[in-house]
Amino acid sequence: MRIAVRELLRRPGRFAVAGSALTLLVVLLLLLGGLLDGLYLGSTGLFRQQESQLVAYSADSRDAILRSRLDEDLRSEIDGVDGVEATYGVGVTLVGFRVDGGDEMGDATVIGYEGAISGVPEPPEPGEAYADRRLEAEGVEVGDTLELGPERVPVTVVDWVDDVAYLLQGGLLVEPDTWREVLASARPDASLPDGTFQMIAVGTDADADPEQVAAAIDDATGGATSTLTIDDAIAALPGVDEQTSTFNQIITVTFVIAGLVVALFFAFVTVERTAQYGVLKAIGSSSGQILAGLVTQAVVVTAGAFALGGVIALGLARIVPPGIPLVLEPSRALFVAIGMLVTAVLGGSLTLRRVIRIDPASAIS
Amino acid sequence: MPALEMTDVRKTYRSGDTEVMALDRASLTLGDDEILALVGPSGSGKTTLLSIAGGLLTPSDGSVVVGGEEISSLDAKALTRFRRDKVGFVFQSVNLVPFLTARENLLVVAEMGRRDAKESRQRADTLLDELDLGDRGGNLPNQLSGGERQRVAIGRALMNEPALVLIDEPTSALDTKLGEQVMELITNEVKSRSTAAIIVTHDTRMTHYADRSVEISDGVLAA
Ligand SMILES: Nc1ncnc2c1ncn2[C@@H]1O[C@H](COP(=O)(O)OP(=O)(O)O)[C@@H](O)[C@H]1O
Ligand SMILES: [Mg+2]
Repeated sequence: MRIAVRELLRRPGRFAVAGSALTLLVVLLLLLGGLLDGLYLGSTGLFRQQESQLVAYSADSRDAILRSRLDEDLRSEIDGVDGVEATYGVGVTLVGFRVDGGDEMGDATVIGYEGAISGVPEPPEPGEAYADRRLEAEGVEVGDTLELGPERVPVTVVDWVDDVAYLLQGGLLVEPDTWREVLASARPDASLPDGTFQMIAVGTDADADPEQVAAAIDDATGGATSTLTIDDAIAALPGVDEQTSTFNQIITVTFVIAGLVVALFFAFVTVERTAQYGVLKAIGSSSGQILAGLVTQAVVVTAGAFALGGVIALGLARIVPPGIPLVLEPSRALFVAIGMLVTAVLGGSLTLRRVIRIDPASAIS
Repeated sequence: MPALEMTDVRKTYRSGDTEVMALDRASLTLGDDEILALVGPSGSGKTTLLSIAGGLLTPSDGSVVVGGEEISSLDAKALTRFRRDKVGFVFQSVNLVPFLTARENLLVVAEMGRRDAKESRQRADTLLDELDLGDRGGNLPNQLSGGERQRVAIGRALMNEPALVLIDEPTSALDTKLGEQVMELITNEVKSRSTAAIIVTHDTRMTHYADRSVEISDGVLAA
């Protein structure tokens, strides 16, 4: 093991090619993961921040909030179900906006709500909005008046809130009537009457099983509602599952490639060092000791690649245009670090057979 | 107790369809501080005998007892431990680890055997001094001359305080004068430690450094 470390220190050049390849793969893994996280977080904030356990859509919406509508009668049926503690109406409209009469258009999701969204105060006054901080990148500041949609409905930003976005558009959280006004002006064909929402968030009693309450709600409404847990609602969001599985497949393939790089490099290294390992075995080194040295080298090279790749990825994240939803989360870095570590150990261990086969008697010829 | 007792040892190599008899019913006893010169022409089986005595090869037949331990039936793992703890090898091609200094090449042995680090460092320094390498300990093999590398290899073979030292053609790559110096160093080192040794050579001029010499030809030891 000491030999292996000394070789790394004294012959770093030998490991440069493998180290560079692994560094690039780390950058790739971090950027892919960062994009996935950015896409996921930006698509799901409104749902992840719900303090309620369930959301109800109308059954004909096929679980899409934009197609769903639940009127006051349905809502009172939901309110009457055993295990339902409280309900909160939610509606969303995707609109373009202008800041203070400017010409630049930004995109936002106007969210009408009644409360119970984590990190967001009770609904503001009519004509006011809490803005998702990601709208800062679109030139929005607290105190700005935004003109929403084709009819330029004005709302004034009163404060920032975090991580409340839908379909990668930052949320503008308003009280329900302001939302209905925006909806009616942006999508006159889809306007909704007072008291009607697209989604009802349902808080359940502490001792109730949310899944059972969900089934009870759909029963009570005679199948007019489709009630989902928050996790199921997120999975039903357009594209979220597909995005996640596509990215995870690419990420898996990238790990496999990293493993191959490690395995091929160390297989090559082992062949190159057959004579040296033969001598070490002849004077009493076990295959295990030699393998431990190789795996140590694989882990150190990979750790170096992770550090360097991390710095490069952070640098790239700074210069990525704001429209690209790249989010570098510590949890993602940890995932890549552990994944690379496992890859290094596995890839390095693939040389085990080769190491075992080296004959100590080869030293003497 | 003899350092080495080989009885009726045979070793055949298969190459393709033919069998090569490299060692034929070789019997040999080596006293516990005896230096033996094994002399014979190329291909006569010297390296094979050395390898079997040191647990690098297992004999096809016969018994090999080193320091009272029968090694011909040990498995690979036990043989590795045996070589690590009981024998010192100096190979024909010197084979130092190229990126380690002379001193570190000695310490490799101690690290493998998980020996006490401080004691090992002292031992390495003593050996380097005795081998006239006191000021070369920090040099890499490619900064050393052939004779110096050969001496480092001898130091490495003595690091684990072996009961039996096996040295394969130590002078073949050196000129006569250097060869004699190396032989003298080897015999001094081995004698001062009361260790047994077999020194293989095909150069009969070197045999007077040993207590005794045995000739081998075509795998048969001369009586
Ligand atoms: N690994 C091997 N496979 C086949 N034949 C071998 C092998 N090693 C040695 N031999 C043969 O065994 C005989 C003795 O070899 P060796 O012990 O190396 O002799 P020496 O060291 O005296 O030159 C030679 O004929 C050689 O060709
Ligand atoms: Mg030979």
